[in-house]
Amino acid sequence: MAIWQNRKQIVISRGFIPEKSAFLRSPRTTDSSRLKPVGMTKARSASAARLFSLAALLLLGTLAFAQTKNSCLDCHSALPDPLGVTAEKFSQDIHAQKGLTCVSCHGGDPASDDPDQAMSPKKGWKGKIDRKQIPQLCGSCHSDPAYMRQFNPSLRTDQLSQYHTSVHGQRFAAGDTKVAVCTDCHSVHDIRAPGDPNSTVNPVNVATTCSRCHADASYMSSYKIPTNQFAEYSKSVHHDALAVRGDLSAPTCTTCHGNHGATPPGVDKVQNVCSNCHTFQAQMYEKSTHKKAFDAANLPGCVVCHSNHGIRHPTDAMLSAGPDAVCMRCHTPGDACDRARAGILSDLTQLDEAIKSTDRVLAVAESSGMEVSEARLAQDQARDSLTKARVTIHSFRTDLVDQDIQAGLKVAAKNLQAGKQAMVERNYRRFGLAISLIAIGLVLVGLRLYIKQIES
Amino acid sequence: MSLLRNVRDWLDERLEWEDLIAPLRKKTVPLHRLSYWYFLGGITLFLFVIQVLTGILLLLYYRPGANEAFESVQYIMTQVKFGWLIRSIHSWSANLMIFTAFAHMFSVLFLKAYRKPRELTWVSGMILLFLVMGFGFSGYLLPWNTLAFFATKVGTEITGQVPVIGKPMMIFLRGGEDVTGATLTRFFGFHVAVLPGLATLLIFFHLLLVQRLGMSVPPRLEAEWSANPAARREMKFFPNFALRELMAWYVALGVLGALAAIFPWNLGVKADPFVSAPAGIKPEWYFLFMFQTLKLIPPKVWFIDGEILGVLGFGLIGLLWLLLPFFESEYPSRPKRWITGLAVFALAYVAGMSVYGHLAK
Repeated sequence: MAIWQNRKQIVISRGFIPEKSAFLRSPRTTDSSRLKPVGMTKARSASAARLFSLAALLLLGTLAFAQTKNSCLDCHSALPDPLGVTAEKFSQDIHAQKGLTCVSCHGGDPASDDPDQAMSPKKGWKGKIDRKQIPQLCGSCHSDPAYMRQFNPSLRTDQLSQYHTSVHGQRFAAGDTKVAVCTDCHSVHDIRAPGDPNSTVNPVNVATTCSRCHADASYMSSYKIPTNQFAEYSKSVHHDALAVRGDLSAPTCTTCHGNHGATPPGVDKVQNVCSNCHTFQAQMYEKSTHKKAFDAANLPGCVVCHSNHGIRHPTDAMLSAGPDAVCMRCHTPGDACDRARAGILSDLTQLDEAIKSTDRVLAVAESSGMEVSEARLAQDQARDSLTKARVTIHSFRTDLVDQDIQAGLKVAAKNLQAGKQAMVERNYRRFGLAISLIAIGLVLVGLRLYIKQIES
Repeated sequence: MSLLRNVRDWLDERLEWEDLIAPLRKKTVPLHRLSYWYFLGGITLFLFVIQVLTGILLLLYYRPGANEAFESVQYIMTQVKFGWLIRSIHSWSANLMIFTAFAHMFSVLFLKAYRKPRELTWVSGMILLFLVMGFGFSGYLLPWNTLAFFATKVGTEITGQVPVIGKPMMIFLRGGEDVTGATLTRFFGFHVAVLPGLATLLIFFHLLLVQRLGMSVPPRLEAEWSANPAARREMKFFPNFALRELMAWYVALGVLGALAAIFPWNLGVKADPFVSAPAGIKPEWYFLFMFQTLKLIPPKVWFIDGEILGVLGFGLIGLLWLLLPFFESEYPSRPKRWITGLAVFALAYVAGMSVYGHLAK
């Protein structure tokens, strides 16, 4: 517990946390003396310290009652929305957990039961924070490294400056208050840390949070941008990875667009965004003929074939001439590129089939009790080659793809041979068993006859 | 034939074995409708011999050690000529031996063959049964696969629950606080040196007693035969019974061969001490009834820890079971029926709990 020098109130908290309402009061001082508990620096001897501690305990015990008094919650917990804030709701808020109170943002005097006193402008009461003031209010603490360091030294403090560069921030600066401000994404009065699964900005929940505006056609009508991003994303391979498989490294809206500095990546920057994760594909694409062609036509790289928000799990059918074909959207049937496409598809199919048929033989051998674990393990190499070939497609060079395919086919053929040998061995064992059982049967018959003979 | 006779005579002059095998020639086996139970001991002995022979062959390639054991068994299963057959027969034979040893024990119990003067035959047989289970427990770890690793971990942990001596015993078994390569090497030592030595001595003692005391006859039949000696029927041990036993051994050999060829013993996945135990891990079937019982005992029974109570309970039951003949009335007075009742209950309990343990998740 600590008593803080520059406050009218006594704050009793778990974490020696200073009250902060800079936006509502005089300009902040960040010198270290603010953070020092009264009297502690003057303590010169152990006995003096003990006496002081005792006195402080008595004083704090008396003052604790005054501190726990929070007339804001007393009234607002009984009020309906949007004025209602229950103690339970506020206790979930990261700020409340760090020792901040209503006063930190709204000012006023929570120790007073008199509404006029509690919400007196003389006590710094600001009432409901004007939407136009929200980024600045949040930024007053979150842009102050010295202040934020007390709570989380690794937390970034550039959110406000990033926000100013975002589409949201720029429109906001131009007077458009419909665009998102801090509380739209982070909520208010129950703001949780992003790592909290219930946080609105937890990776799993980010898309839903963005969709609250971006999927609302009427709300977005004045901006003339599509509102199907969330619907498309919900069907994408990225959504599956994040929401279904629980892979928190899978991308959500903010991964590609940024969070506080959110803005659509430009056509020429799409590749940079995707390459953050899909490194090899990007390197190959960078050297490919398509890169030059797309750049010349001002086409958005990866998005041309894979789309953006609704990226499906890529399949070999994308190389086909069927409904999922992507090459034939641009290329002419029968041309050199079409023939190359067909060749690559044929190679991929061949390796895929070779792996599957080898797996089948090995599975039968294994279920017959044959030891084929080495071949089973080696199958992973063949599968790796197939994956590598599918990545190499982004070079758009048949010779490079063929190298991977041939490597995979060689491994699969060796494993298939191992599987077939195991089956031959299995049959050999069963034949040997049959011979042995016949021999044992003959001995048994012989013994029985002999016993009969000696006992007759 | 004359050559064979000459060799036999030559050996007899030096070994005087005619005197040695004379009792065998005179030995008889009672003949009645339950005589076939007499084969079980012989089949168990045959399987033990198979274990010794296949075990010696496995020793040619097996290397004890956390970094080599699994690979050496894998090598035996895939590269060594007929290595798969030897290892599979060793594994299947081990399981069949434990089964026949249990069946032998229960048959002796139901036929009341443990009564005076055969108390020591029973005691030595029970100790042999415990040793056989020890063979199973120590041998299971030797391939150093995941299931074996965690089964050993759980098994030795249970040993550690015994008050006072449990912890030192667990550390002695493991060769340290955890199951490591040190555990493997000492289990190997128990499996190929300590246990076979003890078992061989006890088997000789057990067989000597069987030879000295002859085959037991169920009390009711004994009473009938005493009342009417003309009804007593017997068969010569050699060659009549021995040939029949030989037939049983051949059948056992056929069953072993079929199991090994059609269901070669699985190798599993190499043990990794740093991964978590697979879900629903269970011990081998012959420990399952005890394992399942321990699982069903509540964590606290009155003020005693449930697991400790279970372990102590099984220890006490094992001791009482060992001393069972001493609770039996002396022949020829009326045998105690409660022991038969107890045997029926024990058989039902062991079978029921094993099936329950097998099906339980």
